[in-house]
Amino acid sequence: MIQRIYTSLKKQPIWLILLGMIFLSSIFVSDFFAFGNFKNVLVQSAVDGMLALGMTFLMINGYFDLSVGTVMGFTAALAIGLQPYGLVVAVVVALLAGAAIGAINGFFVAKAKINAFIVTLGSFIGVRGLIYIYTQEQALVGEVMDFGMFGASDFLGLPTLFVIMFVLMLIAEFVLRKTPHGRNTYAIGGNIEAAENSGIPVDRTIWMNFIICGFTAAIGGVLLASRLNAATPTLGWPDKNLMTIAVVVLGGTSLAGGYGNITRTLGGLFTFGVLYNILNLLGVQSYYNTLITGIVLILVVYIDAHIRKNRVSIG
Amino acid sequence: MQQAEAAVSSPEQRIPLKKRLTTAAEKHGLILAFFIVVAFFSIASENFLSYKNVMLVLRQVSILGIIAIGMTIVITVGHFDLSVGSLVSLTAVVVISMHDVVGPVPAMLITIVVGLISGAFIGYLVGYLKLNSLIITLGMLVGLQAIVLIYTGGKYTRIVAPDETWFGVIGRGFVFGVPLPVIILGVLLLIFSIILLKTVFGRQVFSVGGNPMASKFSGISDKKIIFMAFLISGALTAIAGIIMGSRLMAAQNYLGQGYEFQVIAGVILGGVSLTGGEGNVFKAFIGILIIGILKNGFLLLGFPYYFQWVAQWIIVVGVVWLDVATKRGKVLG
Repeated sequence: MIQRIYTSLKKQPIWLILLGMIFLSSIFVSDFFAFGNFKNVLVQSAVDGMLALGMTFLMINGYFDLSVGTVMGFTAALAIGLQPYGLVVAVVVALLAGAAIGAINGFFVAKAKINAFIVTLGSFIGVRGLIYIYTQEQALVGEVMDFGMFGASDFLGLPTLFVIMFVLMLIAEFVLRKTPHGRNTYAIGGNIEAAENSGIPVDRTIWMNFIICGFTAAIGGVLLASRLNAATPTLGWPDKNLMTIAVVVLGGTSLAGGYGNITRTLGGLFTFGVLYNILNLLGVQSYYNTLITGIVLILVVYIDAHIRKNRVSIG
Repeated sequence: MQQAEAAVSSPEQRIPLKKRLTTAAEKHGLILAFFIVVAFFSIASENFLSYKNVMLVLRQVSILGIIAIGMTIVITVGHFDLSVGSLVSLTAVVVISMHDVVGPVPAMLITIVVGLISGAFIGYLVGYLKLNSLIITLGMLVGLQAIVLIYTGGKYTRIVAPDETWFGVIGRGFVFGVPLPVIILGVLLLIFSIILLKTVFGRQVFSVGGNPMASKFSGISDKKIIFMAFLISGALTAIAGIIMGSRLMAAQNYLGQGYEFQVIAGVILGGVSLTGGEGNVFKAFIGILIIGILKNGFLLLGFPYYFQWVAQWIIVVGVVWLDVATKRGKVLG
């Protein structure tokens, strides 16, 4: 058992970094080691976690999606704005809209074979237009109070939003590890030609992963809407998409595809969450938070490249 | 051989015609898209082709156009620069705040040095340490924006006595009825076009981006070329920041936010291949111009400004799809 934990920690150094951070800040940062504070971190990471979940599927597949931030903003606006037609309608339409945008992205990447960067850059900008057209540049406020109550509620002592994200992550990890779709995703990300030659439905798998990514971004949008019980046109603009990629990369999923999993993404998510929390508790001006995020990103890529180099030279 | 003869002598002359049409679409698709957009707006709005409006559009796109030159070179060597938007914010703030301290010319020199430092830093990490440019420049996007905010303390920066300095001429002046920023853009386009097409460095840029292996074996230092590409991008973005500062005579902290995506969208529209090795600064400029015309045209027609974003989505994906489809001869791959 201990051996197993040891090997998995060695494989996923992000959890070691996270544990180190938690350990040090428990000693040196007052108010950090408190249940209330941990709950804060969890509830704040729920939305980002949903976006990162879908992005992990895509990145293992060898692609990424720049539109998740604006899809989140758009679906949050729908989930709030459509409430006069009933809460269920609002949520269902929001989720379908996210999946539909994912399907459009997936069609152009998998079927029309256009570079994913171009396709999702296009929808990143275009969906922002949809948000503004739909909201008419106004902030929307929810009518259904229960929706907001849901976002603030607890389930078994943990924030409900986090529990939802965590359960979905468990399902996602199962899908990646145990189902044909998951295996195909790894195979395509590792070597697309080999996957094609061995009869894996490459186009369909890629398309599916774009739909998953749009759908989870929509879940993120709905969760965010319920936390705020409101939506503004600027939600997720401008760099939510890039920060989501950063969370996944920090967790240790390779940008090149074929490698990674949801557990890593969860580690990356918590590490960013705890980092912001510590900076917040230390009363660091938010400008410095941003600067530190930038430095962390550059360091992560540097360390990642270093590890990969050593791996090659050893093996 | 026989097949070739058969094709020539066959009564069906449609194949060469179709081939001719596809090559025409391949070569001139962008120009065609440009004229369609121009034609559409000139019919829809009578003010669109007026001298005043044309100059307005040109002046608006000149800043994006200058950044796009650097972006074209960076993408041609096979990388991305997402930091240009934040660098515009930073350089505009630097040139404005330095102007009142050391005077206009030293302020501009300092600003260009700031751009060069940023470019050199990225160039070192991406070129020499071989790190992923997407994440590195994302880190710079976030980091440079933070430096702007720390530097200004979140405050609005402006030139105290804008009437007592000639600095505003750069962004606001006219030469023979043409705005000065447009002339600067034209000169830079010409210079970098010559550099890319006629110099050894230019050929190495295409070679490193097009076939990194082959250029390595033929003794080209890809490290140096990538480093230079980011250095150029940093310097040109600094020039754009100076023009921006001069036009406004003030600088807000988030001035360049989102520019990176507008520039990349325009450059892609201009047919610069994202896989590297293919790029033309004039075509990239036409791509930027199309984006600028969409913005201007929709406003002239009385649509809210955000309609342009949906139009950009459709046009960017549509034009690239057309390009990809003509190259492979099939609509779907």
